[in-house]
Amino acid sequence: MAVFKKKSKSKPAISTAALPDIIFMLLFFFMVSTELKEDTVIVRNELPKATQLQELAEQTLTAFIYIGPPTDARFGTDPKIQLNDVFSNVGDITRFIEEKRAEMPENLKDKLEVSLKIDKETKMGLITDVKLELRKAEARKIQYTGNKVSDLGE
Amino acid sequence: MYQKKQRDGAEINAASMADIAFLLLFFFLVATTFPSDRGLTMILPPKQDEPPEKLINERNIFKILVNANGDLLVEEEPMDLRDVRKSVKTFVNNNGADPKSSDSPMDAVVSLKADRGTTYESYVQVLDQVKAAYHELRADDLDWTVDEYLEFNKDNASEEVKGRYKQVLDKYPLRISEADPNKGNDKE
Repeated sequence: MAVFKKKSKSKPAISTAALPDIIFMLLFFFMVSTELKEDTVIVRNELPKATQLQELAEQTLTAFIYIGPPTDARFGTDPKIQLNDVFSNVGDITRFIEEKRAEMPENLKDKLEVSLKIDKETKMGLITDVKLELRKAEARKIQYTGNKVSDLGE
Repeated sequence: MYQKKQRDGAEINAASMADIAFLLLFFFLVATTFPSDRGLTMILPPKQDEPPEKLINERNIFKILVNANGDLLVEEEPMDLRDVRKSVKTFVNNNGADPKSSDSPMDAVVSLKADRGTTYESYVQVLDQVKAAYHELRADDLDWTVDEYLEFNKDNASEEVKGRYKQVLDKYPLRISEADPNKGNDKE
C-alpha cells in the first residue's frame, strides 16, 4: 500500500504581480472608450423614445442644451433651460453659442452641432422659442437626443 | 579596497502599483461617461426676417398638425400615429400618380406643425415616424436595411458608397417645414 506522505510545505503567497497589469488594462479601456463629463445636469432629463436615431459628431463639436423641470423643486416645476451648469433664459442662447464657437478651432467652426436634451413632458412652445433663437445664432444643425427603441410601444 | 558586495538584485516592491492603478481607474470611472448620444438630426431653416416668396404647389405639401392632446390631423383628416409612416411614404413616392400627392420626391415637403401646448414626446414621435418613412425609402433605394442606413458613418465609408449615399439624399431630400406655432400660417 502506497503511503502518501503529506508534504509539509509553507503556504506560498499568491503572487499579485499580475494584478497591476490587469488593472492597467481596465484603466486603458476606460480611458479610450469614455469621454469626460462636461455638465452636471440640474434639470430632469427623461428623454423621449424614438426609433430613427443617428449618431452625431464628437462631443467637442457639440453644444448641449438641457431643458426640463429643475431637479430641485425649490426652483419651481416649470421647465427651464440649462446652459453650462446654470439655469438660463431663451435670450442667453445666442451668447452661449458664440462662446462655444469661440472655443472651437477655426476650421471646424461651421461644424458646430447643438444637442437638445429635452425632457419629454416639456411643451413645444418653449422648444420653438429655443429653435428660433438657434436660427438667429446660426446654429442650425440640431439633434433631438432620444433613447433608442426598436419599435414604438403601441 | 572595497569589495563589491555580492547581492542578488533587490526586488522593487510592486504591491502598491495595483493601488495606484486602482486610484486612476476609479477616477476615470467617476469622471467620464460613455458617449452614447444619439438623436434625430435636423437642419433648421436659415434665419430670415421676411418669409420667402417662393411658392410651393399645394399638392407637394404634406401637412401634419399635432394638437395639445397629441392627436394628429394629417392632410385635413385625423390619423393614428401608426399610419403616419405609410402615408408619408405613399405621398413622397407618388411621382405624380395621385393628383393630391407630390409630383416627385424632390418636390415633396412635410409641414409639421405643433401646438405650443403639445408635449415634446408626442412631437418627437411624429417626427420619428416622418424620418422613418424617409429612411425606409432611402434604404430601399440603396438596398440596405434601415439599421444599416442609420449606422452609416461618412468617415469610414469608401468613396463609392459615399457617392451612392449622397445620390440617395439628393433623390429623397427630407424637407420638413416646421411652421411657427405662434402664427397661424405655413409660411416657413
